[in-house]
Amino acid sequence: MSDHHHDHDHGHGHGSNYEVHYSAKDYAVGFVLSLVLTAIPFWLVMNATLAPDTTRWVILGFAAVQLVVQMIYFLHLSTKSEAGWNMMALILTIVLLVIVMSGSIWVMHHMNENMMPGMGPTNTHEMT
Amino acid sequence: MQDSFDLTKLIFGRLGWDSIPFHEPILIATFAGVIVGGLALFGLITYFRLWGTLWRDWITSIDHKKIGIMYMILGIIMLLRGFADALMMRAQQALAFGDNAGFLPPHHYDQVFTAHGVIMIFFVAMPFVTGLMNYVVPLQIGARDVAFPFLNNFSFWMTTMGAVLVMASLFVGEFARTGWLAYPPLSGIMASPGVGVDYYIWSLQIAGVGTLLSGVNLIVTIIKMRAPGMDLMKMPVFVWTSLCTNILIVVTFPILTAVLAMLGMDRLFDTAFFTNDRGGNAMMYVNLIWIWGHPEVYILVLPAFGIFSEVVSTFCGKRLFGYTSMVYATCVIMVLSYLVWLHHFFTMGSGASVNAFFGITTMIISIPTGAKIFNWLFTMYRGKIRFELPMMWTVSFMLTFTIGGMTGVMLAIPAADFVLHNSLFLIAHFHNVIIGGVVFGIFAGINYWFPKAFGYKLDKFWGTISFWMWSIGFWVAFTPPYILGFMGYTRRTSHFEDTSVQWLFQISFLGTLMVAAGIGAMLMQFYVSFRDRNTARLRDFTGDPWDGRTLEWSTSSPPPDYNFAFTPVVHDNDTFADMKKNGYQRPLRDFVAIHMPKNTWAGFVVSVLACGVGFGIIWHMWALVAVAFIAMMAAIIIHTFNYKRDYYIPAEEVIRTEEARTRMLESHV
Amino acid sequence: MSEINAAVTGGSISADVSGRYIAREHHPEQGTLLGFWLYLMSDCLLFASLFATYAVLGRNYAGGPTGAELFDLSLIAINTGFLLLSSITFGFAMISAQAKNLAKTQLWLVVTGILGLAFLSLEIYEFQHLIHEGAGPQRSGFLTSFFALVGTHGLHVLFGVVWLVTLFVQLAKHGITPENFRRLACLSLFWHFLDLVWIFVFTFVYLMGVLP
Repeated sequence: MSDHHHDHDHGHGHGSNYEVHYSAKDYAVGFVLSLVLTAIPFWLVMNATLAPDTTRWVILGFAAVQLVVQMIYFLHLSTKSEAGWNMMALILTIVLLVIVMSGSIWVMHHMNENMMPGMGPTNTHEMT
Repeated sequence: MQDSFDLTKLIFGRLGWDSIPFHEPILIATFAGVIVGGLALFGLITYFRLWGTLWRDWITSIDHKKIGIMYMILGIIMLLRGFADALMMRAQQALAFGDNAGFLPPHHYDQVFTAHGVIMIFFVAMPFVTGLMNYVVPLQIGARDVAFPFLNNFSFWMTTMGAVLVMASLFVGEFARTGWLAYPPLSGIMASPGVGVDYYIWSLQIAGVGTLLSGVNLIVTIIKMRAPGMDLMKMPVFVWTSLCTNILIVVTFPILTAVLAMLGMDRLFDTAFFTNDRGGNAMMYVNLIWIWGHPEVYILVLPAFGIFSEVVSTFCGKRLFGYTSMVYATCVIMVLSYLVWLHHFFTMGSGASVNAFFGITTMIISIPTGAKIFNWLFTMYRGKIRFELPMMWTVSFMLTFTIGGMTGVMLAIPAADFVLHNSLFLIAHFHNVIIGGVVFGIFAGINYWFPKAFGYKLDKFWGTISFWMWSIGFWVAFTPPYILGFMGYTRRTSHFEDTSVQWLFQISFLGTLMVAAGIGAMLMQFYVSFRDRNTARLRDFTGDPWDGRTLEWSTSSPPPDYNFAFTPVVHDNDTFADMKKNGYQRPLRDFVAIHMPKNTWAGFVVSVLACGVGFGIIWHMWALVAVAFIAMMAAIIIHTFNYKRDYYIPAEEVIRTEEARTRMLESHV
Repeated sequence: MSEINAAVTGGSISADVSGRYIAREHHPEQGTLLGFWLYLMSDCLLFASLFATYAVLGRNYAGGPTGAELFDLSLIAINTGFLLLSSITFGFAMISAQAKNLAKTQLWLVVTGILGLAFLSLEIYEFQHLIHEGAGPQRSGFLTSFFALVGTHGLHVLFGVVWLVTLFVQLAKHGITPENFRRLACLSLFWHFLDLVWIFVFTFVYLMGVLP
């Protein structure tokens, strides 16, 4: 694991010997793609083109795609960054994020249904 | 409307003379004791002119060994405080039946059990575990320090400042009365308008930052700073458990930070996160805090499991059985710990399907732990077992923890939990696993690595007394709660009516006294060991008092600042055992200058300022908050302008140190 | 990287044996970028808690205003534009730093900082407007979780700007040294990460917030 090295290091790392190579092309492509992937969801919602539930899933999908785009073109994420540790850390984080979000939503939805029945937004919007 | 600018309010907030509990004799007596003791300590340090040494060699030190030792000292001090709380609770419960109200009124008792939990988890167990990992991991991987030595110093001081705030609540104001997790709405501003919950929030937020950064630090250390040849599957098991523990820390503590911040906002800014009105949802707090809380207990126990692996293989003179399955079991536990949290609130009402899911996952997570127990037993089988203190603690752990784990599986059944939730059975269960697992593991680790850190072993006689007092005392103290819990007795109760069960509480108090004797014996052990440190019985001349198998035992006791004159190259698991088997001789010449990080003032200063910010927010002393916050940011930024953070230990000094060791080894063959 | 040498002369067998076990010169790998990435992962989970809270409380209007009534999507679109633009201007700063061009690096940093401040100004304006309308963070569970999530993101941007200014000064003082390049790389990760989080803020909070 610790045997792989790019070049002869003297001292604690120096010079531009990072694996990342910053290029204008990456940023330009990323920018244009992100712009498009942002504009479409905004347009969909502001014009109420699709049904609300469909819209929700579609824009979430666009967000996921834009996430990947920005990870690749802005964050220069690859399986080679930090010998794969960045990717592994990211995957674990995303897995746990999904667990925290979906777990909380699932648990709290049932909690609310059982412990505060009949208090959904549709019949409480007149309440203070 | 009168708009008077109240300067006193801005500076002193809600702090006043009535914040000091003059009417509580126990507290005033303790306060007096602390003042006298503190002055004596300060006096001694001044008399022996040790302030310079203290600042240079300890407070500003970035050496992982010094920082590790400081964590252990913090843990011991806070253990005494947390245990005092335990003694008071047990005494109260043994006395307070019928007409006898005991000596702790409810509002005081509630603070005691809250403080007991907070202190034991955050300021005893965490520092002990972090201290051991800090001390041992760099040595075991053949490194000279951790990846971010400055951050390490900062992490320690932030943890300490959290402890300072908790201790301050004893003498200025009060502590929370909500239990160690401070559920709203009880912890909200309406039900707890005082400073108690604020002390709770800010001491944990400050300590939490320290812990999170230390998590990042140790992960990068393990990934990046292993000696050449030490592949992941050649790391000692303690390093594996440390890696998994710190991964858990990094992914878990931010959730605690977020949820405490939300509670703080509800209290300070009247937001509606966990309120009863305006669309808040107190159950969301319970949900989030346990998403943190369950991984937290694995953060505590995984390092203990690692310690046991090291101890068992060393004192059985054998390679650990099933290394690969141990690694996999640890990783599985790490991931699964994120899928069980709801078992802490089966009764809150999410229903059968949700409860069933989490009940099943909870039962599944016990399996990898079981696998570990078997691996330790198989290592012992046909081994040449030496019952030194670390091994004794390990055997006691196996017996104690296993039973605690089994009661956990009982609690995992939602239907059973509906009876046992928040009963004394639950109290007995978690003390069973935390004491049997974490505390016994820490004691094993302390006895095991003490000679490495200080150059002499701990006295076996007093250590054995401590061991038996703890092992038996634990069961005497916690068997009654198991019984009482089954009978329906609830936790956190300070007074009872049915005198027919009083004898059970009295037995429990007796057990607590035995544990107190165990702690006393441990302190005696430290004293006697220090007194006799130069005798042949205790002194560690070789650096390898136990015939160890991992790299830390190849250094002197204590190791030099730079740990290794030359970075070791690793060829096999149990690296040092492998080296000894193949006739390794330590290098005697051609030493070179060694690159080391410099000490730093910034960690201590920033932490003290953070403590000031916390204290200010607690007491609404907004002037203090503003000044301390700005000063803190300034200190951080000034620190980043310091680019000269390293120096070289000259080759001559390395030569002198190594030659001194050579002479010592030669005269004690 | 590691040249394995015998350190003991005389007694050739033990010399070879011992020589197998030590490295003459060893320099551990640089850990700063991995460490910073791990910190960012922890920040992800902090935001996850805030998102989860918003998911649970986000429809608790308590008889007060809803997202559809409050959110001005064109304002958010503009703000999103500012942040996205600032991401590539920071990218240009990294390219200039890579090419060791100090002046250009500083220029792009300034542009990025201005865009960051523009983002913050619009956000503060939005918050002030909401509070003025009686839709402050105390009004309802929805508004509490909204202000917490969006506000935390804004606080992160503020810290990023402070860090940017500090780094600007440090670049002026020391130039594009390896240490400073490393710091730029970390800030770059931080800045892009904030844009990433914003994707989910505008999707989950604003866009979904106006849907019925």
